[in-house]
Amino acid sequence: MRDTVGTKVFRVVTLVVLTLFTVIPLWVMITTSIKPLGDVQNAFAWIPEHITLEPYIHIWQTVPLAQYFLNSLIVCTVATFVSLIIAVFAAYGVSRWRFRGRGAFTTTVLSTQMFPGVLFLLPLFLIFVNIDQATGIQLVGTRLGLIITYLTFVLPFSIWMLAGYFDGIPRDLDEASKVDGTGAMGALWHVVLPAARPGLVAVGIYSFMTSWGEVLFASVLTTGPTQTLAIGLQQYSTQINVYWNQIMAASLVVSVPIVVAFLLLQRSFVAGLTAGAIK
Amino acid sequence: MSATTVPPQPDSSTVTKRVTSRGSKNGQHRRLGGWWLPYALLAPAILFELLIHIVPMATGVWVSFIKLTQIYLRNWGAAPFVGLGNYSVSLDFNSAIGKSLLNSFLVTCGFTVLVVGISWGLGMAAAVALQRAFRGRGLFRTLFLIPYAIPIYAGIITWKFMFQKDTGAVNHLLFDNLGLPGDKPFWLIGDNAFLAIVIVAIWRLWPFAFLMLMAGLQSVPQDVYEASAVDGAKPLRQWSSITLPMLRPVNVVLVLVMFLWTFNDFNTPFVLFGSTAQPPAGDLISFHIYNASFLTWNFGTGAAMSVLLLLFLLVVTSAYLLFVNRRSKRA
Repeated sequence: MRDTVGTKVFRVVTLVVLTLFTVIPLWVMITTSIKPLGDVQNAFAWIPEHITLEPYIHIWQTVPLAQYFLNSLIVCTVATFVSLIIAVFAAYGVSRWRFRGRGAFTTTVLSTQMFPGVLFLLPLFLIFVNIDQATGIQLVGTRLGLIITYLTFVLPFSIWMLAGYFDGIPRDLDEASKVDGTGAMGALWHVVLPAARPGLVAVGIYSFMTSWGEVLFASVLTTGPTQTLAIGLQQYSTQINVYWNQIMAASLVVSVPIVVAFLLLQRSFVAGLTAGAIK
Repeated sequence: MSATTVPPQPDSSTVTKRVTSRGSKNGQHRRLGGWWLPYALLAPAILFELLIHIVPMATGVWVSFIKLTQIYLRNWGAAPFVGLGNYSVSLDFNSAIGKSLLNSFLVTCGFTVLVVGISWGLGMAAAVALQRAFRGRGLFRTLFLIPYAIPIYAGIITWKFMFQKDTGAVNHLLFDNLGLPGDKPFWLIGDNAFLAIVIVAIWRLWPFAFLMLMAGLQSVPQDVYEASAVDGAKPLRQWSSITLPMLRPVNVVLVLVMFLWTFNDFNTPFVLFGSTAQPPAGDLISFHIYNASFLTWNFGTGAAMSVLLLLFLLVVTSAYLLFVNRRSKRA
């Protein structure tokens, strides 16, 4: 099958426009991060006149970036793993059983996606304060509070996607395994989970990226030493100077690990989406 | 898809028969280990959803009926009940509060239509352009996914720098490189703020549309196109009569999800404008409510506005699903 001229023109125009749109901000980010502050405060230049790596040293001193990095890493990793475990159980239940309340559960869980964050931000904060007063478990200003919040945020989408994925795995397989005497949990562990690996990877990536980029609740639920990167990055501009070169360097440092991880796993991600969400 | 990774079981039908015949009326429950098992599996998820989503949500609705100001914050049980008072304040379009809420709502509607529409268009164009294999396809695919993978605030903060009046890349490109006449404008102050926020939101969102549509296109068999080409179908016609119908299940979910995310978008205005300056042209509704509650310390009105927002989203979503379901039934 040959491409027509029209198809070729469409393809070239689309790819050129979208490449420029994607690349320009990335280029600005990278080049600005290696410019001295004086150059950044003058008119913009596409090609840096002077090159320095100093912003990459200063970012760690202007703001306690390493601390924020560690906080984000702990919060997002724990939230991702715990939510994955909870979502696997819930999705297994929804996918393999027909029970009273099943429809109500899935509808409620999905409708939470509609909730505006601003509506339950303050109530959540107040509930956390009350839990602290009643039980002594600190949830405001600690990583624990943020972990619980984030893992719940990603649960609905994770359950929905995993349930779709599990539905695609023939029931006969885990029935057979159950008859062999492994029980329902054995079937989940030996049959369903191995077959659902791309779905698990996809959901894990989604959860981690969502938590890593969250701003609103991080700004209210954390204080000083427990703040995450989302908050830390804003502190480069609250000083007398706006250190744009450091902001860009820090943005890059914060982005590179997650972008690399995502690109390495993108095949699994797309495969997981195809089987789970899209049916 | 996953079925291909597991060898088919030749005796699966006999196994199922054997299992079901063992139980009586509720045999399905028995063979899977007791009626309580699914509830036990769901329990942790229900617990967290209750704690973080449902209870705070219900509390938020209750707050919308009380006069929760700074005075009552420490002892909010004592805050006076005002009934629908917070709602009538929010919806009084002659007052400053109601007028700015209405403005914010209209801005958000325009923003959502533009961002979702254009993001979908760009995602579709890219997915179709990369549908057929060619050298370098993987490179474009990877490149286009980068804005989606970059943490939200890192991407937005880069655009914030680009939109600076004197030191930014956007004005440099338009006025120094392309030679537009006139003075360099502000982008993050005044009416241009709307354009700025739309562009940034599209930059973030379109790769997601691309990702979903690309994943969806993988299930469209290539030989359908070849057969239709033999019949003389032009590319545009192939797109409208093969690609689009095949992608319908994807689009139904994709458009809804993008609508909800975009309408509730808080990050883009928060990072782009900061919490002190909010140009009315970029005053998205979530950001507006956040400022209305935390800057004025009147949480009752803020909660009432949020409930109104939720009701609006509920009505639109229900209407959308009703419309979609009716159409698929007819089809």
